[in-house]
Amino acid sequence: MEHRIIDQNLDILRDKLLLLGGTTETAVHKAMRSLTERDSDLARMVIEEDKLINKMELEIDRLSIEILALQQPAAHDLRFVISVAKITPVLERIADHAANIAEAAIILNDEPESNQVSDLSLMAQIAGEMLQAALDAFTSEDSDASRNIIKRDKEIDKNYNRVFGKLMGIMSENPQTTTTAAYLLFVAKHLERIGDYVKDICELNVYLTEAAFIKHSKKKK
Amino acid sequence: MDTKITISKLNFYYGKNQALYDINLEIPEREVMAFIGPSGCGKSTFLRTLNRMNDTIPIARMEGKVLIDGKDIYAPKTDVVALRRKVGMVFQKSNPFPKSIFENVAYGIRINRMHQNKSDLEARVETALKDSALWDEVKDRLNTSAFGLSGGQQQRLCIARALAVQPEVILMDEPASALDPIATQKIEELIVTLKKNYTIAIVTHNMQQAARVSDQTAFFMLGKLIEVNPTQVMFTSPEDKLTEDYITGRFG
Repeated sequence: MEHRIIDQNLDILRDKLLLLGGTTETAVHKAMRSLTERDSDLARMVIEEDKLINKMELEIDRLSIEILALQQPAAHDLRFVISVAKITPVLERIADHAANIAEAAIILNDEPESNQVSDLSLMAQIAGEMLQAALDAFTSEDSDASRNIIKRDKEIDKNYNRVFGKLMGIMSENPQTTTTAAYLLFVAKHLERIGDYVKDICELNVYLTEAAFIKHSKKKK
Repeated sequence: MDTKITISKLNFYYGKNQALYDINLEIPEREVMAFIGPSGCGKSTFLRTLNRMNDTIPIARMEGKVLIDGKDIYAPKTDVVALRRKVGMVFQKSNPFPKSIFENVAYGIRINRMHQNKSDLEARVETALKDSALWDEVKDRLNTSAFGLSGGQQQRLCIARALAVQPEVILMDEPASALDPIATQKIEELIVTLKKNYTIAIVTHNMQQAARVSDQTAFFMLGKLIEVNPTQVMFTSPEDKLTEDYITGRFG
């Protein structure tokens, strides 16, 4: 297969996206650790590093636009640039949620320790695994894997509903724990949203691989 | 959408060399179909089978059927002159006659005796020039030489000449390849306008042009028709790997 001028740019675009993906994964992971290990310095680091992620997003935007304007990609090339351009802000939003979790951690770390954190750890673990698998599936253009990951979002939702109920109960029973419970609720909501965003990434991989739009369709097959 | 042209089991040979293999294709009425493919893939040869332009090549031989409005254009009784009036052609290089702008357009009307009188002739010329989006640029110098026009204007004059004899199908072989981007844009806009009244088939090497002007795209390679699909499908998710490789510049 001949080497095309566009290939070099597509490779750079893929690398930049994967770097953004990896950095985002790390951010989610660190944010949760800052909560479970009560490490507010780590939390502040996550918040600080979010600026870097925003910068990466802009770089990918610029490169995507440049490729569209100058190389006029078609077919798979076009779908690749479009999916990268659409996955990028999704990753950036996930990183925002990581930063928000870190902000909550800073407040929670000043409150008495709660044993509800382990429930959140489970949610975070599922979300983290889904994110990693979604990026792997994108790299290998494995749309079957993406479809399977989409199904896992239900696990997060189920856990979220369970955690939500539990925390609501705690708040009404012990009003003095309201601050902690409220912030833990925020964290749970952020994790639940991350699951939704991972689903978006998976849907875009199906578009890349099969040229099929499965978003907003009941049938995800 | 009704089918205007039906091609079935078409094989084409230049002497011993086979140039087209078993082509089956339906060209819808009042749409633009683009033929794309690497040089030598047979797309121009194929275009020329649609108004029997290959008849003039002594060693050429054709098998199969080309039906326009259900009629076999290769049937022995076919009036080839009438066929070419019905199926007009515009070439890569504009080829105006060494005559005035007016006479270039009037020529076909005259030899086909389509006009009733002088004012009818003038009206027909004006209509053709308006339909080819050239009228405003030439109305004050209709009697000057066609060679005084720019390349893009000459090409639109050739389109006017084709339109003057009231064809139903227009074949275009790389109509904008020798033109600058502005003249190209005018030709492309014209193609899109003309499809309201005509069935258009266009051969182009410019993939973006095919993407911009056509409703359907047919991809040829080594004399074979590889894929036909709505243009939007061809350029976002072609079915055949060869089409994908060609339109993404992996060969050709």
